[in-house]
Amino acid sequence: MESSSSTPQLLWFFAIAACVKLLLIPAYYSTDFEVHRHWLALTHSLPLSNWYADETSPWTLDYPPFFACFERFLSIFAHYIDPQIVDLHNGLNYRANSAIYFLRISVILSDLWLLYGVYRLTKNADVKRRYLIWVLIVWSPALVIVDHLHFQYNGFLLGWLLLSISFLQEGKDLMGGFLFAVLLCFKHLFAVAAPVYFVYLLRHYCWKGLVRGFSRLSVLGAVVVAVFAAAYGPFLYHGQIQQVFNRMFPFGRGLCHAYWAPNFWVFYIILDKVFSFFLKKFGFSIQIPAASFTGGLVGDSSPFAVLPKISPSTTLIMVLLALSPCFIKAWTNPQPRMVARWIAYAYTCGFLFGWHVHEKASLHFVIPLAIVAVQSLEDAKHYFMLSIVSCYSLFPLLYEAQEYPIKVLLLLLHSILMWLGFSTKFTRASAPNTTVTAKKKGAQSKSIESSSPAAEKGGFTIGWVGKSYLLGLLLVEIWGQFLHPYLLGDKFPFVPLMLISTYCAFGIMYSWIWQLRCIISTA
Amino acid sequence: MGKKKEKKEINEKVDVEAVEIEDDTWWWLTHKGIGATFLCISVFALLVRVAVSLHPYSGAGSPPKFGDYEAQRHWMEITLNLPVLEWYRNSTGNDLSYWGLDYPPLTAYQSYFHGLFLRFFDPDSVSLFTSRGYETYVGLETTDEYNCISLGLTVAAIAAILSQRELLASCLFTLALSHKQMSVYYAPAFFSHLLGKCLRRKNPIHGVAKLGLTVLGTFTVVWWPYLHSTDALLGVLSRLAPFERGIYEDYVANFWCTSSVIIKWKRLFSVHSLKFISLTATVLTCLPSMVQQVMAPSSRGFLYGLLNSSFAFYLFSFQVHEKSILLPLLPASLLALEERRPFKWLMFYGLFSMFPLLCRDKLVLPYFALHALFMLLYHAPCGHGGRPRNARPNNTKFDYFDSFKTFMNGFIYLSSFILHIVYLTMHPPEKFPYLFEAIIMLICFYQFALLAFYTNVKQWSLLEHSTTEEEKKLI
Repeated sequence: MESSSSTPQLLWFFAIAACVKLLLIPAYYSTDFEVHRHWLALTHSLPLSNWYADETSPWTLDYPPFFACFERFLSIFAHYIDPQIVDLHNGLNYRANSAIYFLRISVILSDLWLLYGVYRLTKNADVKRRYLIWVLIVWSPALVIVDHLHFQYNGFLLGWLLLSISFLQEGKDLMGGFLFAVLLCFKHLFAVAAPVYFVYLLRHYCWKGLVRGFSRLSVLGAVVVAVFAAAYGPFLYHGQIQQVFNRMFPFGRGLCHAYWAPNFWVFYIILDKVFSFFLKKFGFSIQIPAASFTGGLVGDSSPFAVLPKISPSTTLIMVLLALSPCFIKAWTNPQPRMVARWIAYAYTCGFLFGWHVHEKASLHFVIPLAIVAVQSLEDAKHYFMLSIVSCYSLFPLLYEAQEYPIKVLLLLLHSILMWLGFSTKFTRASAPNTTVTAKKKGAQSKSIESSSPAAEKGGFTIGWVGKSYLLGLLLVEIWGQFLHPYLLGDKFPFVPLMLISTYCAFGIMYSWIWQLRCIISTA
Repeated sequence: MGKKKEKKEINEKVDVEAVEIEDDTWWWLTHKGIGATFLCISVFALLVRVAVSLHPYSGAGSPPKFGDYEAQRHWMEITLNLPVLEWYRNSTGNDLSYWGLDYPPLTAYQSYFHGLFLRFFDPDSVSLFTSRGYETYVGLETTDEYNCISLGLTVAAIAAILSQRELLASCLFTLALSHKQMSVYYAPAFFSHLLGKCLRRKNPIHGVAKLGLTVLGTFTVVWWPYLHSTDALLGVLSRLAPFERGIYEDYVANFWCTSSVIIKWKRLFSVHSLKFISLTATVLTCLPSMVQQVMAPSSRGFLYGLLNSSFAFYLFSFQVHEKSILLPLLPASLLALEERRPFKWLMFYGLFSMFPLLCRDKLVLPYFALHALFMLLYHAPCGHGGRPRNARPNNTKFDYFDSFKTFMNGFIYLSSFILHIVYLTMHPPEKFPYLFEAIIMLICFYQFALLAFYTNVKQWSLLEHSTTEEEKKLI
């Protein structure tokens, strides 16, 4: 319905967002900006065989080869704009306007790929649903904070993921699998969902009798192998493959990042602190480890005083365990409409139990979940909370005073839009007796809403638990921004951040449990 | 700073109207009632403002005079450290050539309170003399909101008029006038509308007296410190009307500046006679719309009157600044629902006429982003594809040269688009270093004059309309 005319509207959504993003160009950017600038220079100046060997800057290339090729592609244009951007030595820490504008605009334009993914996902949806999904994804404040302020190319990468999901939802499994393999060669952190893909594709695509199934399995295998061969083959040829993997999987990083991502390990660390505190009180001699979490220094020695040390393999086992209900469901009842949920769930598990997780990784499940957020009232309520929590957990990324109003306003605006969108959608769905024409007038529909109690009962409301949780979020923010510096001054500078990640971890845990319950309960 | 602020002020209104129009696809934004929609829009507008404030403000980091922002900061310093009477006087403590206070007392009071606030956080920034050129973030944020206040007061006054509360309106407008003397652009419309209304009362003299007392009373309260001697009052007034700066500055798209290409006003006449000529011209251009309002005051006519009188001032008054085009934009945005196309037209050329100014302040990127944002909001996808509901709402008078008009419009849009690019990429010939500014000015003046003519005609056609209606009623 109206699918042919939706492109200009989607482009309008994109253009509005792009205007705001353009205005944000002079804002703060993190070291990731220099990382990506350096990669442009590196891929432009060096032959392919040296990409992963170079050590000119501490920001060595640690993304898979396709992303390096993407940087190589961008560097062609960068060279035309200003050759110094892609100069390996003179370009180090180059901060001229040309570099900033070029890189920022490249992020804005690369979002077109995300837009294409969204377009493909929503082209068969009805108008209301489509608009809501666009608002949720194209105007996502988390993406603006991470990509356009902090500086990364997540929008582009998520575009591949959404495309893959859209093909899977249409039943075109081979294409979906192919796109996911490509995505893995852009950024290997997306591999968390690979087991889900594997189980689903094996069951839904290949499990069709012995001969047909086997031939399908070999086709799928060939496609995946071909993608990986295209990515890693050249490096294999140059004898660089070991170096590539060394760079892509740097061991020796700790369980948690300097700023703890709001995940399960936050509780683990806090439990450890509490235990050691009480054990010391009761007279046990406890050695407080030197590598404290709060200092941001995470070394090899165990950072825990009482609880057992966590190794990367432990986290892997925990992720797989958390994923197992999803495997069972995907195996017993492989349905295309559940794919988005399963993939999002996989990334949630990876986020909660993974090793050295960044807070930015929450995008990996928040964005795909937007697709299913409009399906039911419960989904909408869950997504509303999750989106706010995950966006709020990104706040510490922008710590400068200048960006403070921007991040707050972004979150506020998006929350209002979500609230308006969801409440309209679900008031409508639960009040079938109202006519479409009457609904179109804002004032009229308001009177209808207030006059029919049935509509209100089924409408979009967040219960008192949700409300008090969001209020708590506000309190955490007020404490961190105003009360803490005022009352305690420079003492305990880590407390506000710790509070944010702990508090948000509750929200993410809730989302995980909710998703798990939803996956288990669907027939 | 001020320019951007006001422009965004306008943008915000555009938003309101854009959303109001698109009730077909945007009803989900409006169904919760005006409160939620307004909240949503104002948060968005605020976001845009904050984003723009990231860009360099005018005169950033360029000593010795810095720029508008430094002026605001300097005023805080002056008002905080000197007694009221010295604020407008050149003295040892107050060097008027360095950003002397040149806005009416209400602005000065405001500076004083902001200064108090700022002193609490950042005492260094307001200490007299030592703080010149002090640039920090806190200051930047607090000195951000000024132009909006007088515009806000004006909007409140207009709203009061529309809801038939004349006394409140005149009080509010007087406040606006004492905040920024630029509000005088609207004065003829207010005056004539209120006069016209009073004349229709049973007891016209009583009504006029009441309004007059309100205005005088408000003025007295605001200007109290300066009223005890004519000297002090005149001192303030001479600061407010800086005639020594000449009839026009830079390349502003008004009559004097444009015609100066042919007639060298500054050489032919003295400042004094120029004052007189410009005053006469302004009054003459205001007059038709004033007469119309006195004859038949109506809400719509009042809005047109505001537009016409501010146009008259922009085109013909003495010492107009580029950013003054924002003053006609305000009533135009209030009329935007009726006059969609002219509004877009005015917005386009209004922004365009400020383009050289913004370029000088290194605001090219925000200029284009905001311009695009406005065009996008104007052409928001909605049920009827962004077009006005009745395809040709304003061509009742001129449809015989309709096709010619379309052609001319398209041609001028195109050429101004090309001019944008030319202005950015090419250097003007050395003999005429301001060639492009002059061309931009010519185009914009032509457009503004056309629009002013059109809105005047429109306002008078309202009169015909209403008289015919009245006649019908009588019959």
